[in-house]
Amino acid sequence: MTIGLTHFLVLGAALFCLGLFCALSKRNLIAILMGIELMLNAVNVNLIAFNKFVAPGSFEGQVFSIFIIAVAAAEVAVGLALVISIYRDRTTSSAEELNWLKL
Amino acid sequence: MAFAQFSLENAWLIPLLPFIAFLLIVSFFRNMEKTASTTAIVFSAISFALALGVVTSVLQRPELIEEPLVYSMRWFSMPGLEISMGVLIDSVTAMMLFVVTLVATMVMIYSTGYMQGDPGYSRFFAYLCLFAASMLGLVISTNLLQMFVFWELVGLCSYLLIGFYYFKDSAKEAAKKAFITTRIGDFGLLIGILLIQVNFGTLEFVELAEMMPAFALAHPFLVTLMGILVFIGPIGKSGQFPLHVWLPDAMEGPSPVSALIHAATMVVAGVYLVARAFTLFQFSPEAMMVIAYIGGFTAFFAASIAITQREMKRILAYSTVSQLGYMMLALGVGSLSASMFHLMTHAFFKALMFLAAGSALHAIHGRTDIFQMGGLRKKMPWTAAFMVIGLLAIAGIPPFAGFWSKDEIVLAAQLGGYTGLYYLAKITAFMTAFYMSRMVFVAFFGKENPENHPHESPPSMLFPMGVLAILSIFGGLVGAPWLEKGFSYWIRYGEYVPHHADLMTMASSVLVAAAGIGLAWVIYGAKLIDANKLAEKASFLHKLSYNKFYIDEIYQWMNKTIVATTSRALYWVDLRVVDGAVDGSAKLTGWLGDKLRLSQTGQLQHYAMIFFAAVVLLVAIMGMMGAETAMALIGGGK
Repeated sequence: MTIGLTHFLVLGAALFCLGLFCALSKRNLIAILMGIELMLNAVNVNLIAFNKFVAPGSFEGQVFSIFIIAVAAAEVAVGLALVISIYRDRTTSSAEELNWLKL
Repeated sequence: MAFAQFSLENAWLIPLLPFIAFLLIVSFFRNMEKTASTTAIVFSAISFALALGVVTSVLQRPELIEEPLVYSMRWFSMPGLEISMGVLIDSVTAMMLFVVTLVATMVMIYSTGYMQGDPGYSRFFAYLCLFAASMLGLVISTNLLQMFVFWELVGLCSYLLIGFYYFKDSAKEAAKKAFITTRIGDFGLLIGILLIQVNFGTLEFVELAEMMPAFALAHPFLVTLMGILVFIGPIGKSGQFPLHVWLPDAMEGPSPVSALIHAATMVVAGVYLVARAFTLFQFSPEAMMVIAYIGGFTAFFAASIAITQREMKRILAYSTVSQLGYMMLALGVGSLSASMFHLMTHAFFKALMFLAAGSALHAIHGRTDIFQMGGLRKKMPWTAAFMVIGLLAIAGIPPFAGFWSKDEIVLAAQLGGYTGLYYLAKITAFMTAFYMSRMVFVAFFGKENPENHPHESPPSMLFPMGVLAILSIFGGLVGAPWLEKGFSYWIRYGEYVPHHADLMTMASSVLVAAAGIGLAWVIYGAKLIDANKLAEKASFLHKLSYNKFYIDEIYQWMNKTIVATTSRALYWVDLRVVDGAVDGSAKLTGWLGDKLRLSQTGQLQHYAMIFFAAVVLLVAIMGMMGAETAMALIGGGK
């Protein structure tokens, strides 16, 4: 059995669903950020798989995934900084308690 | 002569002076009673002097009869509509200015005595001034719109004065009744004015008179329609059937007001409007006929009510309605002269009678039923004499004023070929003589009522009555048929047709009047016939007349059933349909907001969930329809 495009797509879909579930269900902000990272990685897997199997010889998919990794790193840096700052202010990092935008 | 010329050129001062007096009184002399009344009298006396000047200069310039003098300036204009405001003077105007300023001044002098000690003394004089000013403004109007403005002002003043004793319910009701009833008429008039404006593009009397003949040839129906619509205004203001109901109630105001309303302002405004717009009516035989018959019927109808009334001022009020009917009748049969002549003489003797009635009522402190008065003659000889002069004048005994003017109307009806109206006018004349003598015999002669302690009125009240009495005696002579240039030479419409004294008509008029007075003497003076038995024999007719033919009740009934039902239905529609739509949309918005608010939880993960759900939905739609149609559906571009 050779490993083909379908396997990668299934893996990407599974990863995306796990990440989504994590982002929607976890209470801790840091866990939510981790879920988002997971979803981004699922997209990276798809991009690279498409690059390899649909248009071998070109680099677009790989370039894109590198961009995504870079942006995700920057985002996490900002996100973590926010989370820490919120924690300092409110002594909590639970997403459920952070609903003061509504008030 | 310089003064006559001056007043002719400055006739605008005539209405302005009483208006200034009004302003002065309300702004400065509210608590200075003597100053207030003096201001009112002095200003209106100057107006009267100016009016006299206008009359003299008109008498020197006969060309004014057919070519009115117009001074006007532009008031406002817009495309298709140019309205000016100004002064129009011809012989009719001059006569009206004279009558109005004279009666107003007399009434004001009288009021200084009559209103002595009344808490609303200054307010009363202020209103009188405004009333006179409005009426004078109406008289000199150059166009229908300016006239309409003053027409409404006159209505307002009558409202204020009828409701002068606003703390009395009956006065309040009467004021409202007068205002609303005349407003119904004004509505017709306003539509008529609009119709004229649309068709002619002008409201100026002079221009209308020029355009009328050609227009009437082309559109006879439109002219009739305009005529009848415009005539609805005078029906209301001049108390013609069926809008006469407010006038008898209008006596709720102080007696001098009744004298002013019934003689020189308000009610004659209607007659004057018809006379002013005579060109309009002249070209529509149908409209003229309507005016003639409404006038004739009103004259008879009101007289038949007056016969059985018991309150002095109410009798006088119905007599006014009846006499106004005469004036309308005269206009309807085409005689402007006869109508204006009767308007003038009527102003003299009706003002006199109202002032005399006021004097009598003043003396016995408001006992209004004539059968409770009795024998006032001995204690109040002057008042009684004045009342008798008024009676002789209105009944048409020569040489008193009413004789000449009423005869001209009867003659005009006869010459116009209206035989039915001619006899109706004769019968009405008989009834007039009868009910007026009945009032005088019962109230001033006969047995004294021991509960009354009347005393003669002060000179301030007797003097104006004296002046009016002299005019009531001799005022009619200006229209005596043997005069070469009498009243009908000066005040007329169209060519002057000299008419000769018709001795037959004159004799029969005198006979009719004498018969009326005689019959009243037999029943109420000598008591040869018992009035009560007579009333019982004709109890149906008596009741009908005493209850004013139940016109008020019919209005009440109509109001209760038709108006109330319609308004209830409309109220329901307003409440449920109109308000329902408005409230409903507000409620819907509120409900939607309430529900949508739940989506705003402030929970980050809920938002993410909705975001995700929307993506799933979009993908599903795209999967089912294909990307192209889905994008078009969502509204995105290619």
